[in-house]
Amino acid sequence: MTTAAVPAVHATGLHKSFGKVRAVRGLDLTVQQGEVVAFLGPNGAGKTTTIDMILGLSSPDRGEVSIFGHTPRGAIARGQVAAVMQTGGLLRDITVRETVQLTAAMFDSSRPVEEVLTRAGILDIADRKVEKCSGGQQQRLRFAMALVSDPGLLILDEPTTGMDVAGRRDFWAAIRADASRGRTVIFATHYLEEADAYADRIVLVRQGSIVADGTAAQVKNLASGRTVRASLPAAEQGLLAGLPPTDRVEYDAGRVTIRTSDSDSVVRFLLNSTGAHDLEVVANNLEEAFVALTADEPITADEVNTADEPNTQATQRAFEGDRA
Amino acid sequence: MTQVPAIQDRKPSAGGVNTTFLWIEIKRMLRNRRTIMFTVFMPAIFFFIFGLSNKDKLLPNGHSYGQYILISLTVYAAMTAATGAGSQVAVERAQGWSRQLRLTPLLPGAYIAVKAAAALTLSFVAVIAQFIIGAAAGVTMDAQTWLVAGLTAWVGSLVFAALGLFVGYLMPSQNVMQILGPALAILAMLGGLFMPIEIMGDTFGQIAKFTPAYGIGQLARSPITGEFDVMWIVNVVVWLALFVGGAAMAFRRDTQRV
Repeated sequence: MTTAAVPAVHATGLHKSFGKVRAVRGLDLTVQQGEVVAFLGPNGAGKTTTIDMILGLSSPDRGEVSIFGHTPRGAIARGQVAAVMQTGGLLRDITVRETVQLTAAMFDSSRPVEEVLTRAGILDIADRKVEKCSGGQQQRLRFAMALVSDPGLLILDEPTTGMDVAGRRDFWAAIRADASRGRTVIFATHYLEEADAYADRIVLVRQGSIVADGTAAQVKNLASGRTVRASLPAAEQGLLAGLPPTDRVEYDAGRVTIRTSDSDSVVRFLLNSTGAHDLEVVANNLEEAFVALTADEPITADEVNTADEPNTQATQRAFEGDRA
Repeated sequence: MTQVPAIQDRKPSAGGVNTTFLWIEIKRMLRNRRTIMFTVFMPAIFFFIFGLSNKDKLLPNGHSYGQYILISLTVYAAMTAATGAGSQVAVERAQGWSRQLRLTPLLPGAYIAVKAAAALTLSFVAVIAQFIIGAAAGVTMDAQTWLVAGLTAWVGSLVFAALGLFVGYLMPSQNVMQILGPALAILAMLGGLFMPIEIMGDTFGQIAKFTPAYGIGQLARSPITGEFDVMWIVNVVVWLALFVGGAAMAFRRDTQRV
């Protein structure tokens, strides 16, 4: 290779508002060819809006997107990018095979229909009407349609929403087998496990901008850190301003909770400079970290307390809050 | 990591108008029972109810009732078929298919062209079905009359394919034909397809001349009436322009909104 490969996606300074809602606020993203990137964030974080702009389905208020060095429309005209959308995009009154044939007819060259059906794992239901397919089967059909043009970049917008566990596993098995052939994949999800299990790189979005970006391990490190709790007289609350601003501090009913990446310094500070006592230091898990990084509001004392319990519940609760 | 190959523009030839696309569109329409009911059975039933018993009588204007009603109902069948086919874009929009198509190199113009071709295919089926029913019921016309009337009803249905597209892009409804069906019946009545303009009375007779089914009906019946008026062609052209313009506007509005 003589020159560096063109990035699969290069987005700079993306802004998009809908009325007063600022859905995307200055988002920069570069994805190199061959990467499998998870776009992780709670509902309403701006994932779908960003994906729509990458696909050219909507245009940014400000900022620019290029796909393999082309405009989104140009990349679509070249069959370089395809997407699996969350819902819709299927005609109910035709069969699975006809849907793929029809999609193939939109391109001047395409992969053979049988091959695409096989790779998406739906050859056995090829003659089934789309309306008779389960949610998971429809999603694999969308995946098959996306494979038709053999795109360099595949974008999946919350592809497993509404699937049962088995459907989700089958779907990811198909995607994973495909990504191993070198295709660039970007998928939006609000399932942390999916991002962790299937992505090389996790991009965390919150309120329309990126709050963390790195390998799953880096994001875990960045996010995991530790939580320090201590009893602290109310009169000494002001002293907590002496902590590094990166630490998240909450005070409730005589107990202070500090999330930090450097628990040693926090403990030293609390013991040397305040009257804190009954210290506790707990390692965060990834779920908590994700919630901490993407939550719209500071974590309440209530949620912090429940975080000691098996992790999923706290996360689940935080998600419900985000949805509401 | 692979070097990005120099990928050429992969727009399909003719922008995406091809036999696979057209064939699947036609199959979809023919599978749709409601479409077949509107385009074949309803006009046929109208013919049996209104035309059959009187087919050998003469109209007040001196023409054969059977020929008049057969040609008129054929125009009605063709316009219903074409409108129904065009209006399917409403269903496709509701199902997110139009959005999906925007992720392919398909040109919007090609999509419209295929829709129009599919509409013409369906209206062709409607015309043939109506003629077979009429001939079987004993309506006789000379070859030239069959041909001119059939061609006029068929080609004229393009006006209504455009109307179907227009309404299909305006309304998100899955049941757009439930609104269009009665509207078409009114237009057919006003256009003289259910009864001769001459017996409508002055006011309605004047209004009729400005409705979209009028010109096509008059032209289709001209072989049996022996009359011709250039205003009939003007009627067809103006309505075609209005509906195509409306469809183009509604289409643009639809694709800009995300």
